[in-house]
Parts: sequence; C-alpha cells; structure tokens
Amino acid sequence: MNWILPVINWNGLAPEIIIVGAGLLVMLLDPFLKGDRKKILSHLSWLGVLAAMLACFWLWDGNINNWNGMALSDNLSLVLKLIFLTGTLLTIFISTLKTQAEIHGEYFGLLLFATFGMMLMGSSTDLLVIFLGIEVMSVSLYILAGFDRHDPKSGEASMKYFLMGAFSTGFLLYGIALIYGATGQTNLNALFTYFYAAQNDLLFLAGLGLLLVGLGFKVASVPFHMWVPDVYEGAPTPITAFMAAGPKAAAFAALLRVFVITFQPLTNLWIIVLWIIAVLTMTVGNLLAISQMNIKRMLAYSSIAHAGYVLVAIVAGGDMGLKSAVFYLLAYSLMNIGAFAVIIALSERGEKHLDLPDYRGLGLKYPLLGVLMTIFMVSLSGIPPTAGFVGKFYIFSAAVKNGFIGLAVIGVLNSLISVYFYLRVVVFMFMQESESRVTGAPVGWPVLAALLITALGTLWLGLFPDWFLNLAQANFLAVK
Amino acid sequence: MSNSILSLVVFLPLIGAFLVTLIPRQSIELIRRVSFAATLVTFLFSFYLYFNFDSSAQAYQFIVQKNWIPSLGITYYLGLDGISLFLVLLTTFLGPLTILSTWSAVTEKVKGLMISMLILETALLGVFVALDLFSFYVFWEGMLIPMYFIIGIWGGPRRIYATIKFVLFTLTGSLLMLVAIIALYFINHAYTGTYTFSIPELSKLILPVKTQFWLFWAFALAFAIKVPLFPLHTWLPDAHVEAPTAGSVILAGVLLKMGTYGFLRFCLPMFPNAFLDAVPLISILSIIGITYGGMVSMMQKDIKSLVAYSSVAHLGFVMLGMFALNAQGIQGSILQMVNHGISTGALFLIVGMLYERRHTRLIEEFSGVAHVLPIYATFFMIIALSSIGLPGTNGFVGEFLIILGTLKSNVTYAVLAATGVIIAAVYMLWMYQRVFFGKVTNSANQVLKDLNLRERFILVPLVLAIFWIGFYPKPYLSKMETSVTVLLQTVESKLAAQKEGKILVAEPIQDKIPFYQAE
Repeated sequence: MNWILPVINWNGLAPEIIIVGAGLLVMLLDPFLKGDRKKILSHLSWLGVLAAMLACFWLWDGNINNWNGMALSDNLSLVLKLIFLTGTLLTIFISTLKTQAEIHGEYFGLLLFATFGMMLMGSSTDLLVIFLGIEVMSVSLYILAGFDRHDPKSGEASMKYFLMGAFSTGFLLYGIALIYGATGQTNLNALFTYFYAAQNDLLFLAGLGLLLVGLGFKVASVPFHMWVPDVYEGAPTPITAFMAAGPKAAAFAALLRVFVITFQPLTNLWIIVLWIIAVLTMTVGNLLAISQMNIKRMLAYSSIAHAGYVLVAIVAGGDMGLKSAVFYLLAYSLMNIGAFAVIIALSERGEKHLDLPDYRGLGLKYPLLGVLMTIFMVSLSGIPPTAGFVGKFYIFSAAVKNGFIGLAVIGVLNSLISVYFYLRVVVFMFMQESESRVTGAPVGWPVLAALLITALGTLWLGLFPDWFLNLAQANFLAVK
Repeated sequence: MSNSILSLVVFLPLIGAFLVTLIPRQSIELIRRVSFAATLVTFLFSFYLYFNFDSSAQAYQFIVQKNWIPSLGITYYLGLDGISLFLVLLTTFLGPLTILSTWSAVTEKVKGLMISMLILETALLGVFVALDLFSFYVFWEGMLIPMYFIIGIWGGPRRIYATIKFVLFTLTGSLLMLVAIIALYFINHAYTGTYTFSIPELSKLILPVKTQFWLFWAFALAFAIKVPLFPLHTWLPDAHVEAPTAGSVILAGVLLKMGTYGFLRFCLPMFPNAFLDAVPLISILSIIGITYGGMVSMMQKDIKSLVAYSSVAHLGFVMLGMFALNAQGIQGSILQMVNHGISTGALFLIVGMLYERRHTRLIEEFSGVAHVLPIYATFFMIIALSSIGLPGTNGFVGEFLIILGTLKSNVTYAVLAATGVIIAAVYMLWMYQRVFFGKVTNSANQVLKDLNLRERFILVPLVLAIFWIGFYPKPYLSKMETSVTVLLQTVESKLAAQKEGKILVAEPIQDKIPFYQAE
C-alpha cells in the first residue's frame, strides 16, 4: 500500500488554527495572571472566537479540500462553524460563575478546544475525522460539566456524561469499523459512490445502525436521551447553555453529512428508523418537560424535543430539509442561550433561579429580563414573529414538500404541547406576585451583551430571515 | 398617500406602543394619553379608507405589496375589500373606546396593558387586511401573546386558567391551519410552478374535491375555534369573564370576527366544494349554538358571563347567514359581525362600569338600579335592545338579513334560528328587569354615582352607531355589495368548472404532492 502524505491547505484550516491558538494562549497565560486580571483570559477568548468568525467569512465560497479529502471547507461547513462560534461567543459572555466557582484559564481553554472539535465535525468528510472531532469535543465537555467542583451535582453530571458518552463513542467507532469492514472506506465521498454494492450487506447495515446510535446519543434523541436531564441540571449553567447549542449542533452536522448527504441514495434503508426516532424524540421530550419544576431540567427536556424537530428536517431531506435543519440549529442556539442568559442574569441579581416557583413576579420586578425571557419562550414554542417560528415553519415546509404530512402534523401538535410549559415560565414571571426582597448587583455588560445579541437575533431572524436563507442558497449539496 | 395608507393604519398602534415603552412607568397619565392618541389617530386615518373606498371596484383596494422573504415567495401584501373594510373600521373604532375604558378600571401596571393593547390592535388590523397567507398567519398568531398577557395579568381571579385555555385552544386550530397553509403553498406550486402565498392567487386554484376536504377542515377548525362554533366554545366564557373589561371588548368585538372572517375569506373561495358539503353540519352546529348559547345565558348569575354566552348565540347567527350562501345571508353575516362588535362590545363596557362601582357583577346583588342610575339604565336599555335585535337598532338589520338569506336556502334552519331571537329577548330583558326595576333592596346600591363625562363619551359613539346602522344601513350594505357579489360569482364559477371536470390538473411538477389525488 502506498502512503501519501496528506496535503494540507493551511488557509482552509485558518478558523480552526485560530481557535486552537487562542485556547493554547489562554492556558499558557493563566498561571501568570492573578485575581482580577484573570478577566483578560475571557476577553482573549472571545476575541479569538471573533477572529475565527472573520476567518470563516474570508473562506466563503472557497470550497477548500483538506487532508486528501478528509475535510472540506465548503459553505455548509462554514455556516455550521459560524453557528458553533456564535454559541461559543455567547457562552463566553455569559460565563460568570462568581457565585459558584472561580473561573480559571482552563475553563476558557476547554471551551475553545471543544469548539475546535465541533468545527472539525462540521467540516469532516471522513468518518474518522468525525470521530476525532467528537472525541475532542466530548473530552473537553466531560471536564466542563464537572467544573463546579464544590457542587456534588456537577460531579455527578460529569461522571454520567463521561460514562454515557464513552459508551456511545464506542458504538460510533464500532459502526465505523463495520462500515470500513464492509466497504473498505471511511471517506464519505467514496462511500457515496459505493452504496449500490452495500445495499444488502448485513455488515454495512449493522455499521450504519451503530453509527446512528452513536450520533443519536450525541444529539440526545430518544431512546438515547437518558443522560440529558441529569447532565444539564448538574453542569454549571453557562456550560448547560453551551451543550444545548454547539455540541448538539455539531452532532447534527455530522448526522446531516452522513445521512442526508452521503447516504441520501440509501434513504429507504434508514428513513423509517429516523421517522420513528423523530416522533419519539419530539413527543417524549415535550411530554416529560411538562412536569419539570426545575428550569434547567425543563430546558433539558425541551432540548430533546427540539432535537426531534431537527430530525424531522433530516427525515424530510433534500435541499430544503438540509437548509431548514441548519437554520433551526442557528435559531435554537440563539433562543436557548438567550433563555439561559436570563437565568444567569437573575442569579447575578442574587435571586433564586432554579425552580419555577422562584420566578414568581420576577418579570414585574425586572421588566427587561421578563420581556426578554418572554421573547425566548415565545420563540422556543414557535410563535411568530420569532426565529423559532420561522425555523419550525421552514422545517414543516420541508416535511410537507417531501410528502411527510403526518410527520408535520405530529410536529405541530408537539409544538402545541410545548407552548404549555414554555408559557408557564411567563405565567410565573408575570402573573403571580413576587415574594423575593433581594436587590442584587446590576447585571454585568457581558451578560447584557449576550442577552441583547440573542434577543435581537431571535427577532431579526423571525422577521427578516431572508438573508440567512439566501446565505444558505449557496450550494449546500456540493459534496458529491 | 393611498399607497401606504393601509400600512400606516395597521402599524400606527405599534408605533404608539413603541412610544409608550419610552415613557417611564410612573407617568401613568401620559401613558394613557399617548395610547389614546395613537388609537384615535388610527381611527381618523381609517376614515380615509372609508371615504376613498370605491364600492364598485371588484378587486382589492389600497394594495401594498413588497418583497418580504423572496426566497420563499413570501410578500408583505395588504389590501382591502368590502368584506374587510368594516372589520377594519370596527377595530379602529373600538380601539380608542377600550383605552378610555381603562382610565379608572386599571391603575396598576398601566404601561404593560397599554403596550399589549396597542400591539394587539396592530395584529388584529393586520389579520383583516393581509393578502399573503404567511403575513396573515404572522398577524393571526401575533395577536396571541398580547391577549395572553391582557387576560393573564389584568384579569379576574381565575385568569391564569382562562388565559392558558385560551392560548391552547387557539393554537390547536391555528397550528393545523399552518400545515394546511404549507400544503396549499406546495399544491399551488405543483399546479402553477410558482411559489406564492398570495391569497388572490391561491384563491384561483380549482382543487380536487378530496384535497379541498382536508384543507377546508384544517382551516375550518382554526376558524371554528375562534368563532367559536358549538361545541368548541368552552374557552370563550372563561376568557371573556376573566379578562379585564378592555380585553373582553376586544375579544368579543374583534377577535371572534377573525374566525368568521377566515371562513369568508379563505374557506369559501378556496374550497367551495368542501364548503358546500359542510353546510348542513355547520348550519346545525350554528343553530345549536344559537339556542344553547341563549339558554345558558338565561341561567347565568353573573351579568358578564351572560353577555359572554350570548356571544356564542350571536356568532351562531353570523355563521348561519354565511352558510346560507346567498347575497343576503352573507351581507347580513358581515353586518352582524360589525353589529355584534358594537353591541356586545358596548355591553361589556357598560357592565364593566357597573363592576367598577360595586365590584360585583352578580345579578342578585342588584335591583332597582334604574332609580339610582337613570342615565346608566337608559344606555343599558338601548344597548340591550340592540343586542336583542329590536327594529331600529343595528341588530335588527343584521339578523333580518341573515334570516331572510337562510329562508331562501333552507326554511327549517330559518325557523329554528328565529326562535333564537326570542330566547335572546328572554335572557336580556329578564336580566334587565331584575337588575334595573323593582325597589332598591341593597343599601350598597343606594349610593352609586351615575355615569361621568368620560363614560358618557365612551357610550355615545356606540349608541350613535347602533342607531345609524339600525335606521340607515345603506352605506354599509352598498359598500360590501360588490365584494360579496364577486365572491359568490367566484364560488359559482368554480363549482361549475368542477362539475364540468375542468379541474386544474397540470402535470405534477414534483413527484410527491400533499393530498394529491388525480381524478
């Protein structure tokens, strides 16, 4: 066998290099900064993220192939990377753990490394690169979930996440191995041309199934969702916001690459399975969210439900399915991080902020936070004029277009269920009287910035989504 | 001016809401004045629509069309015809009156209420003038959140239950409608090759009967919940009773009309065969609504819930007239939508005034009020009579036309519906007798003050409208005549084309068409 040294196009890797560089720099500087000066680390991190975003724009329409076709920096991957980076940027802004634990350099370092893993997943055109991306991302997240060392719940979250995550990665790797065994390929482009021979190969089918299980764990689809509530509840709040946005979107990116694009000709093989998973994910997520009194747990179940909506887009498939999934990932990142930002802002104010009854009257006490929370909840439940509505509209359009009327109907009925528990937050915030007498410090500017970005983004995408849809117009299905 | 007048009318309240957000929440008086001014200016601008409306024109007027989301063929597209004109006027007319009614009724969290009311008005106006299904849906749902707050924050003791019920009921229908809208969009694309949400364009489609059936019922469910048609009415008494007066007025006066308007604007021209097939079912449900609503009203102990249940009966008339499918019936139906908005809106306002004085609405708490509050009693009498439909008041013209129209299409329905008028007289007059006549037995009623200037100012325009429509309905009817005729002609020609088998069966452009069935 001839080994060719992979050709590396350094330009194509610019965003990744910037992120890793920023991460390393943060880690290196950490020991030399004391006390208040540690804030420099946070500023460095978000500057790094901004620089990486600029690099993404610079690479627009580049279609650069890297590592002998193992990674591709096409517009789809760039849009995905921008979504991940937005999530990371907002997470850095809302990372104020002062009431819980000291923030160290490794916090931001790990955040950036996780982002790097996500970006790898977004651009990978090889199963092995997907695996590497998942590992880099997950290992960083295992630590971040347990970052609040003094809180036993955080440790529990970390441990659970680690065990389940390691288990699911095992499935994923086994699936990749089986597919390799059946076809001799791990490259998605090669697999795309290979599929006819593989149709009835049991080994290949088993591999495909295991791949679905592995990725299903990462996107938190039912029945692989058991880890989500405990991990989301236990992890520090900014990390919970982060996990629901970026890493989930990254796992979806892999799912899109593998199923919608590469195995698209094999639709008949996997569509029924994904159809069932999508229905289960939406329904179970929404039904279980109804009874949650802890807001982080409620948002955890809601994130399962939202994964279900994106799965609808994947089942719908085609160009519109792909675009609607990507749009929804962006919309969900914004509104979900926004909701968590409100939770963090309330905790900065010194309010109790974990159980729903703690929210009594807080909307009247802090009108701005209340209105913002309303915007996010309305958007999460998919009512116009918000990003959540356009996203759902787009997804259900894709489903109807490709003949999945039943799925669309189940989807809208699910979003009806979700209205109940999202608006309940608003009920508590506005329609009941406050008991709390706390007057805490005003909210710091980074959290305020995150709140404004997410709120304006949610409304902007809801009212004028055209620019994004046009952005997405640029050939997404280029991988052939 | 005529290019942007509709946009202006629709968005003036929203601009008002924005101005109100800038005012600090302690300056209650300023907030009220700005809101009142915003709604009043909107009303004055809507006069322009009335006077410049060309009643002979067949097409939509004052059209505004701009690209909104071109990649999906979504446009910002507004227009007005004889059907929507009066609903727009009704909305702008009730706007300032409801704001005025909150002057003394709401003293806390005034800023939030005013912002909600103003956003609500924009959404309602948008629903009636939107000519793009996507814009329509955005306005339709945009109404939900402000109303949710109005009931939930400023409402009565069971407000949270009522508001959640209201939202869930409404959304159940409208989400299924959303799927139907999307399906219609793709069906249109399959037939014509263009992606559009334009209502006039989509109304041109002649669809296969089976497709019509599914789409009709998906739309109809949303509208029937809104109307509300028996047995989907159970959200209404809760929402109406718990809402603050201003909310009840808008709920009864305008919000319910979104449902009847939807039947007329979408279900009838788009799915005429399915509409025709639904006539017996919906007519019977309407008649049940008329009698059931009336009988339940009779037994109410609370004046406000009496008025609320009477809405179920009145809206039954509106639906019945529409489903008579002739010019009189539909004209009567549209006129009755406006009448119900005026009369029931006025009833809620006037009941609210009594509640402000006594903090109870129970009929048994009152008697002989006419001795203490003569002016109030007179206003109440006029409004109650117009609600019953006494000749000379607006209610008579509407109900007369509806019964006339129904008589032409089905005598049994007309006879059954006419008994509903009698029931209306019973519950209204019996309530009036118990509250206003007799001796003043409750000493708390002895010291009540009669209507002040502001309250008279609210009621006088309503009473004027009641008599104007009652004695001289011609300007109203003539303005809606052309549109109704065009609507009926469209329906007839589509039905005829369907009979001759001239269904637009183009070559399917995509292979999977929702509900598609070649015939």
